[in-house]
Amino acid sequence: MFDLLQNAFIASLFISVAVGVIGSYVVINRFNYLAASIAHGSYAGVGFAVYFGISILLGTTVFALLLALLLSFISFNNRSRSDTLIGVIWAVGMSIGIIFTDLTPGYNADLMSYLFGNILMVPKSDLIFMAVVDLIILISGVVFYNHILAISYDIDFAKLRGIRVGFLYTYFLILIALTVVMSVRSIGLILVIALFTIPPYISEKFTKDFKAMMFLSGVLAFVFCIAGLYISYSYDISATPAIILTASVFFFLSLFKRR
Amino acid sequence: METVIKIKNLYFKYEKRYVLEDVNIEIKRGEYVAFIGPNGGGKSTLAKLIVGLLKPSRGSVLVFGEPPERAREKISYVPQNINFNLDLPLTVMDVALQGRLNKNKLFFNSEDKEIALKQLNRVGMESFKDRKIGDLSGGQRQRVLIARALASEPEILILDEPTASVDPKGQKEIYKILNDLNITRIVISHDVNIFFEKIDRAVYVNRKIYVHENIEPIIEKDQDHFCEVELLEYLKMFKNKREKNV
Repeated sequence: MFDLLQNAFIASLFISVAVGVIGSYVVINRFNYLAASIAHGSYAGVGFAVYFGISILLGTTVFALLLALLLSFISFNNRSRSDTLIGVIWAVGMSIGIIFTDLTPGYNADLMSYLFGNILMVPKSDLIFMAVVDLIILISGVVFYNHILAISYDIDFAKLRGIRVGFLYTYFLILIALTVVMSVRSIGLILVIALFTIPPYISEKFTKDFKAMMFLSGVLAFVFCIAGLYISYSYDISATPAIILTASVFFFLSLFKRR
Repeated sequence: METVIKIKNLYFKYEKRYVLEDVNIEIKRGEYVAFIGPNGGGKSTLAKLIVGLLKPSRGSVLVFGEPPERAREKISYVPQNINFNLDLPLTVMDVALQGRLNKNKLFFNSEDKEIALKQLNRVGMESFKDRKIGDLSGGQRQRVLIARALASEPEILILDEPTASVDPKGQKEIYKILNDLNITRIVISHDVNIFFEKIDRAVYVNRKIYVHENIEPIIEKDQDHFCEVELLEYLKMFKNKREKNV
């Protein structure tokens, strides 16, 4: 039991670092819909992985990265009705995932576990993957901090300063994809979106510096995870919904704060 | 005087409709030019073509003899809409520093900070440097965006409707800042108050352009408020004078 809790604790920490940084960028750029599309569409990767008997993490990583590239191409060029395309990709990905798991002979594992995760069942290999993704995110966050922030504030001005807007846009969607994938077994593809958005939304109201916003988002995400874990343990209920509902309580409370 | 912007046979269309046709103009170093004309006439489009945010459908725009994207270090821009992303936790100093960024500059050094501060000081916003950009008034934010553009140390500055969402006191301050600069300035405006400024030329943009040369301010601005109604009164006065003389 202690081992399980220890892994859950470490996973919470790693996820919080990633969503603190990436979630903050998602919120200020209004990328929720793109992030949600990557998360849902990546389910196709779960289906493929199950069908071909490869690692779930590998399957979802490949699909999530492909989706990130595809969505970057569609949305960056600002094609009209790009939101419709993004929505279709989301649904197609999920459907492919479900059909492939249906087609897998003798496969009756719980599909729900990839959609909603189980933070108490995170294997050590996932923890290593998370650590690597965190490292990539932290380094990218520092190196491209000023450029991504400039793009987030005023993309035209950033272009005029010669900043590689197209490259950073794609790169950033790739980081979103990696964050989604690393949470597939712990929080799940679907509910991780709530962790992308709720902590940064609350933090934004209490900070005037973007670095502080990312830091506070990470801290809040961690607090929500641990509190959720505790509730889930105490009442013997699923961890992910407990975490998300804890976050939601604070989200609704924060709505009362006028900036 | 050296030509800094040269536009030749420029055409531009969105989808199928031409918004600019056969535009030809040369702008010299140090000139203060106003782009005037109706909404939808193509003023902002022309400005975006000059800075390189848009590409001509036909014809050419040269800035210092090169396409705009190769003259980025010499040209800067203040966008029309200044009320974007107001929730973003970004300080005034953060915004001003963005003017120092370029393709290869990832981090700011002390010189960048010095220059950003100097420009904030020039627009009278130095004491606001740690305030959140979204908490400022429209006029204050506009001044910060001007400081950001000046922090690039450009030789040409283009401002799209810099007084549009600013109160009269703020407008005066902005015009004062522009007046004190000696670089090439292009101001897009549909505010008649622009004619109280020492502009060299006014370019009327409405699909085609018409250039008014050698503008001299004919009216002394002796009151705080001046809009189209006062302009009309002045015109009536001149008309009456002329009729009396006839």
